[in-house]
Amino acid sequence: MKKHLMALLLLVSLLCTVLSGCGDGSAEQTPEDRAQANTINVGIAQDLDESLDPHKTVKAGTREVMFNVFEGLMKPTSNGDLTPAVAESYTVSDDHRTYTFTLREGVKFHNGDAVTAEDVIYSIQRCIAPAETGIVPVEAFSIITDIQALDERTVAITISEPSNEFISYLTTAILPADYDEQDTAPVGTGPFRFVSRTAQDSIVLEKFDEYWGTPANLDKVTFKIIENADSLLMSLQSGAIDLCAHLTSTQVAQLGEDFQIEEGTMNLVQALYLNNAVAPFDNELVRQALSYAVDKQGIIDLAFDGYGSPIGSSMYPAFGKYFDESLTDYYTYDVEKAKELLAQAGYPDGFDMTITVPSNYQPHMDTAEVLVQQLAAVGVRATIQPIEWESWISDVYTGRQFQSTVVGVDAANMTARALLERFTSTYGSNFINYNNAEYDQLFQQALATYDDAEQTALYKQMERNLTEHAANVYIQDLADLVAVRSGLEGVTFYPIYVLDLSSIRYTA
Amino acid sequence: MKRKQRNGYLLAGGILAGFLAAVILLGLFWTPYDPAAMSVGPKLAGPSLLHPMGTDNFGRDILSRVMQGAGTTCTIALATVAIGAVAGTLIGALTGYFGGLVDEVLMRVGDALTAFPSILLALVVISLLGPGKKYNVVVALGLVFIPSFARVTRTAFASLRDVNYVKSARLMGASPWRILVVHMLPNTTSVLLPALTIGFNNAVLAEASMSFLGIGVTPPDASLGYMLSEAQSMLTTAPWYAVATGGTIVLLVFSVGLLGEGLQRRDKGVA
Amino acid sequence: MKYAAKRIAMLLVTMVIVSLLAFVAFDLISGDPATAMLGTAATPEKVAALRAELGLDRPLLVRYGEWLVGFFTGNLGISYSYGQPVWELISSKVLVTLVLSLMSFVLIVAVSIPLGLRSAVGGGKLEGVRDGVRTVINQLCMAVPPFFTGILLSWLFGTVLHWFIHGQFPGFAHDPLGSLGYLLFAAISLAIPRIAMTTRMLRGTIREELQKDYVRTAISRGNDRKGVLRRHVLKNSLVVTVTFLAQTMAEIVAGSIVVEQVFAIPGLGRMLVASISSRDYPTVQAIVVILAFWVVLAGTVADLINQRIDPRLRLGGRPV
Repeated sequence: MKKHLMALLLLVSLLCTVLSGCGDGSAEQTPEDRAQANTINVGIAQDLDESLDPHKTVKAGTREVMFNVFEGLMKPTSNGDLTPAVAESYTVSDDHRTYTFTLREGVKFHNGDAVTAEDVIYSIQRCIAPAETGIVPVEAFSIITDIQALDERTVAITISEPSNEFISYLTTAILPADYDEQDTAPVGTGPFRFVSRTAQDSIVLEKFDEYWGTPANLDKVTFKIIENADSLLMSLQSGAIDLCAHLTSTQVAQLGEDFQIEEGTMNLVQALYLNNAVAPFDNELVRQALSYAVDKQGIIDLAFDGYGSPIGSSMYPAFGKYFDESLTDYYTYDVEKAKELLAQAGYPDGFDMTITVPSNYQPHMDTAEVLVQQLAAVGVRATIQPIEWESWISDVYTGRQFQSTVVGVDAANMTARALLERFTSTYGSNFINYNNAEYDQLFQQALATYDDAEQTALYKQMERNLTEHAANVYIQDLADLVAVRSGLEGVTFYPIYVLDLSSIRYTA
Repeated sequence: MKRKQRNGYLLAGGILAGFLAAVILLGLFWTPYDPAAMSVGPKLAGPSLLHPMGTDNFGRDILSRVMQGAGTTCTIALATVAIGAVAGTLIGALTGYFGGLVDEVLMRVGDALTAFPSILLALVVISLLGPGKKYNVVVALGLVFIPSFARVTRTAFASLRDVNYVKSARLMGASPWRILVVHMLPNTTSVLLPALTIGFNNAVLAEASMSFLGIGVTPPDASLGYMLSEAQSMLTTAPWYAVATGGTIVLLVFSVGLLGEGLQRRDKGVA
Repeated sequence: MKYAAKRIAMLLVTMVIVSLLAFVAFDLISGDPATAMLGTAATPEKVAALRAELGLDRPLLVRYGEWLVGFFTGNLGISYSYGQPVWELISSKVLVTLVLSLMSFVLIVAVSIPLGLRSAVGGGKLEGVRDGVRTVINQLCMAVPPFFTGILLSWLFGTVLHWFIHGQFPGFAHDPLGSLGYLLFAAISLAIPRIAMTTRMLRGTIREELQKDYVRTAISRGNDRKGVLRRHVLKNSLVVTVTFLAQTMAEIVAGSIVVEQVFAIPGLGRMLVASISSRDYPTVQAIVVILAFWVVLAGTVADLINQRIDPRLRLGGRPV
């Protein structure tokens, strides 16, 4: 019997070697092949939205990938500023109500057509009052009163009231007006053009040769969708993918010297979000007690190997001028103080609470596990309730049926408003039910102000308001660990959730 | 020679299972460290005198967690098998004895349940009972296990229907209920017993697979399956974690498997 | 023939139950497709509008009826997540999962039948010891959680030995041989525990048969051992084996859901998990029906074969 087994094993192993030897030449199988062909494979953990039309994008993951395909009149830079993209320059009238954009000469869509003023007007109007289903309207465009082409290369936009945030929203993608296949074969003006998409498998982008700006270094990029985290890691190790962002410190530790690890920030406000409308979190003292009971640095050290930046309000450091560092240590870790406040609030023996966590986000699950331990020290008995992301959206985010939850909240664009407006009492997605009159008022003032310094000050006051009333237990901005195969360089981090591929290149 | 052999399986399985049971029982009252306490040692430290199985990514003692986790796993597996066996035997007995339309319908539903992906079934259970409940896994797995038990017992009951002592009981006017419980059930143990041990093992492995797919026990409670799915992401940096949890699962299933093997051989008298 | 017709009717009934079960499941699982599609942009009004657009506001039975009509006219619906016809989306994946499960089925049959026969017939001096070793190996193979076998194999052959590139499934259209090679490892990890079980089952059944009086009599009468084995023992064990192998198919299909995750194989199982989490119900429905059909078909075929082997078998009286 042994002989037979040996023979069988031999046969199987022979078969394997023969079969695996016959890779075909067309697709670049190994990292060496890809270096030769000047192309890379990037691993992503989830498939993109149904539609690839940038005006219909819902998932952050779609925005991250399609950032390489689309551009607006303006485009964000890695240091948090805006730079003209499809536009070459713009002027603002003295009453701050009319923006006049001069389009850059020679900007072409991926289908070969030149960008005209008509395309710009079409793209912006498309997002004001969407006629087509699926388009996500840009709220800030509601103040546009007039938009017209002064000539082939000049567009003037008039708004009803001055707003110094308006320009940030003009990163909205410019699309060709007479093209109706954006959903499946998107066309933009970015450094990469869309080639193909295979559902649940891959998205292929190619270098756009007629790009107006600094051309991309790579000729082709293939995004591979691998939902399982361990499988993603193994694909890096086996050589199926060359670059992967958003890894955990545990995963990174598994990778050998074939990879460099670049550290950036995820640009999220990770917190123990508390439902301010349900007991016991309707009591400010309780919320403050929890804030004292949580050791942010402890969480970062224990669950994230020290990667991550502690925060104290709904703002993260990459936002520069809006970030108020002093709030980070507003509640210093103090178990006694926490117990005292709990007793004062009428819970001398603590209470039971549930932390709902989207189970597919390992960092949030890990954070919650440490939180349970830290809260136990002040007598609060927390249990974790893992749920699927889709259930989280319906139960927690839109249904607001929860007690507390650990997630990361991000900003869709680079304005403080994107992070702070959500906690005004009337905002539709104020899922924590924060209701503070002063906060609402500060927001109205900030909206009405045109002076940048004054507005920044108001936003900072709003942040302080959130901290003082302990709206949530703020934890950190997670570190974004990116693994890049040795021989590649040029990973650039942005203060928003994007992955810029144009700067990535093979060394030598 | 043969006699010695068949006792061998029972004995080896018994000793191993007994040892594991003792450790699990001990774990209910005492573990070297608090299984949930973090930073009792350095993070991801290898086995040492202080931590015989090393520590995990939160600096928790793996031995303590394995002791507790094995208990959770066994509870889940036992409860699952209990649900599957009780409901399955009941259905199997009724359909096997009476046959007819009810039999036909129930067997079709059973076929459908077997062919239905258990992950979808588990999600239904979670949505119905509310997420984060400890018994979710048990209910979901229990449902999955009912058809197989029903099928096994159904055949046994059907084959007993025309046996002489059942016939005579029927002639003497015994109620069907009495016939099923008193006359037939004791004679199905030779089918039921191995089904129970196999069921237990399948339940342990199914729980592990559920944990892998992200629907199972909720932290900070640990089951062996949950810990193994956690450990696999640290396979190269902390292999002892996977070895400790995976090894315990293998030992557990192995010991019960040996027991089953021994029982079966004793019943059949086949070596 | 009548038997076959009745058996096929049973198959259809089971499939109707499966598809209806799936529909009911969608209604029960929290988080509806509309909310899932809108993500964080969801508001109650938008959700309601989208639900109406998708037709989700109509009663369950109406939707089911519509699906059933669509199914029989070759229309599996439009995927919520991709806006593409479901069949277009899954057709390539059907082949992958089909090949994977067939491969592992063939492996199981090819390895366990000779092993099982050999161990059942056995004999010789060290039989006791060999039997012990075999049983222990068997039990060990059955004791490893399937996903863990997969992870170990994938780590060993993918990361260490580089026999295949994990995450680089070539696809049958590009490279059929390479694809087969890739699937082989997944098929092996699916097959290992089932090989152990099948071997053990075969051994048990044949031994039991060998102990029966007619075999003993035949052999003691001087008929040659091999002939008796072939003519009587194998034939009688076959019924049990066929049924067992049909159940194996069910477990292979269930196991493929997990193994496809572990090996990053673009098959139905992985698509199923992803579609469930994005609440893409038309796709989920189609995959559930296809996978279930595969399982139920295996059972039906097994029954038909068994009836050929032993025409005395009645419907419903089939052995387990």
